[in-house]
Amino acid sequence: MISPWIHPALVLLGGCLVLPLVPRHLKRVFLLLVPALAYGLVLTMARGEYGQVHFLHWTLTFGRVDALSLVFAHIMSLMCIIGTLYGLHVDEDGQHVASWIYVAGSLGAIFAGDLLTLFLFWEMMAFASVFLIWFRRTPESSAAGFRYLLVHVAGGLSLLAGIVLQIRATGSTAFTAFDVVHVTPAAWLILGGFLLNAAVPPLHAWLPDAYPAGTFNGSVFLSAFTTKTAVYALCRGFAGMELLVVLGVVMALYGVIYAIIENDVRRLFSYHIVSQVGYMVAGVGIGTQLAINGACAHAFAHILYKGLLFMGGGAVLHMTGETRMSELGGLYKKMPWAFAFTLVGGLSISAFPLFSGFVSKSMIVQAGFDQHLLWAAFLLNLAAIGTFYCNGLKVPYFVWFGKNHCAPAVTERAKDPPWNMLAAMGIAAALCVFIGVYTPYLYNLLPYREAAMAYHPYTAYHVSETLQILLFTALAFFVLVRLRKIDPHRGVNLDLDWFYRLGGRAFLWLARRPVQAADTGVGEIYRAGGLVPLMKSAAGVRIFDNAVIDGAVDGFAAAIGGVGRRLRLAQRGALQENLTLMFAVAAVLLLGFVLLF
Amino acid sequence: MNLLRLIDFLRDRLKTVVRVGVAALVVLVVLDALPAVVDKEHAHTVAEHVPAFWAAFGLLGCLALVVVAKLYGRAGVSRREDYYHD
Repeated sequence: MISPWIHPALVLLGGCLVLPLVPRHLKRVFLLLVPALAYGLVLTMARGEYGQVHFLHWTLTFGRVDALSLVFAHIMSLMCIIGTLYGLHVDEDGQHVASWIYVAGSLGAIFAGDLLTLFLFWEMMAFASVFLIWFRRTPESSAAGFRYLLVHVAGGLSLLAGIVLQIRATGSTAFTAFDVVHVTPAAWLILGGFLLNAAVPPLHAWLPDAYPAGTFNGSVFLSAFTTKTAVYALCRGFAGMELLVVLGVVMALYGVIYAIIENDVRRLFSYHIVSQVGYMVAGVGIGTQLAINGACAHAFAHILYKGLLFMGGGAVLHMTGETRMSELGGLYKKMPWAFAFTLVGGLSISAFPLFSGFVSKSMIVQAGFDQHLLWAAFLLNLAAIGTFYCNGLKVPYFVWFGKNHCAPAVTERAKDPPWNMLAAMGIAAALCVFIGVYTPYLYNLLPYREAAMAYHPYTAYHVSETLQILLFTALAFFVLVRLRKIDPHRGVNLDLDWFYRLGGRAFLWLARRPVQAADTGVGEIYRAGGLVPLMKSAAGVRIFDNAVIDGAVDGFAAAIGGVGRRLRLAQRGALQENLTLMFAVAAVLLLGFVLLF
Repeated sequence: MNLLRLIDFLRDRLKTVVRVGVAALVVLVVLDALPAVVDKEHAHTVAEHVPAFWAAFGLLGCLALVVVAKLYGRAGVSRREDYYHD
């Protein structure tokens, strides 16, 4: 049976339209049904090109279904179910609508076969996701949302400019691999748009600025879609670009360094998105079949464990109203399940054997060693240390164990979150373990399937290598805890958003001080040099007006008045006199006629 | 709540847990040094053939990262919490 191809984004967008009309008692069922339907569509989708629409001179392709787009669409639509389940008890329809439009944008970009369609959905993602930040309704989230939007609009403009140049240069809108050796200006601009969404330094600061400001469930969506859609776009367009190896390794370490000194749990997780996406970007840069498989597999695993970590952080925020480690601690008695699930996320991101990161991250590192990029592979292993240190040790220890810094109100409020949040975390945790234990599930989905099936992560050497790195990191951590060298303390760490945050402030200062002064100065000059002469000339004009124009007008009027007066004298109102005069004139005229004719 | 009981059970025997942990580290390093158990054919570089190479990498790497991050923070990056609210 051949059924028509239905875009899963269309299902989500349709769901958004219907959601406000669904009766209250059916709402939760509907909320789960729509993403499940989208996921089902992705699972049963046959490869091919679908949804081609002719628009002006171009052909827009809404459905390019191949191995690369399918693996990303698979995990995106799966995460949509988990994320929606996590926020199922949120009553505000708008929040679900924003999440679904955001996911629809992501799916649309992934299935887009041409650059124009890609751009359309790319922007849809930016404009929908900002609401997940604004719905938090705090002054900080409002400001962070505006900064997020401004940065993404700039990235979108770069992408659009690149697309326009590309179409002019080649006459084609197709979104295929770019020449990564001789990079054209158009490709650079498009790459700039992609790198901004992938949060590659120095274009990364929007991420740790905005994601911790989102709602407790909105940040779960944020953590999954924007950066990984960008990784997809990089895989499609820029595989094998050497620059990306350098950028990826820098990212991986940059995120780790910031995460080590970070106090806010959700901002720490955000820096680890930067770090983990660094592995994927490096994988795209290495560009071999194993490396591209690794980038895709790691994106897949990352969406689940990072979603899980943000769900853990979101649970702490939702239940206690606090996410700073310096104000938390000792919560294991109150939130044991949130702890257990977050720990699974922490072990997965740290690539512990039997957890998802182990079977995905190692492909990228292996590909680096295979290509003799020893420096890259060793530095990525170094970043793995920081990853375990932060996600697997620091957060679980200082939130759920360690010294209790909780305010009495926080301790009182703290307890495990509602069933739906725990269920979503449980499903994500189970998937993290399942992927780590049963590798064919993930490896069968990868774009280069044969290369994936030929790769075996569970060699004695690899397990031993990983366990040594991770367990001795744990040893170092507990020694540092014992020495009280790493107690969390309040503070913020400046990042590159400083430039536009204080740049904005500098702009305001400019507006208030020099510009205001200049405005006053110009006003004074205008007054002295413009207004005063103007008033003087006006006075001159008034005199001229009075003397000449008024004089002329008055004289004219006086003349008319004089004529009128004389006429009035001739007409004194005496009827007989007038009649006599009239008859006299008439008699003269009549006499004249008679005499003449 | 069985999970909570398990955590408390382990916390009550913290010394034993620590001893088991340390023993595990020793066993790990010893096993890694035995060619019959861990075949170093998969090693990527010569340095990795040194016994406990990755253990030292993990321990020293972690300390180095923390020191570098702290120094970086102290170099002016870490500021008061209300830095942006002034």
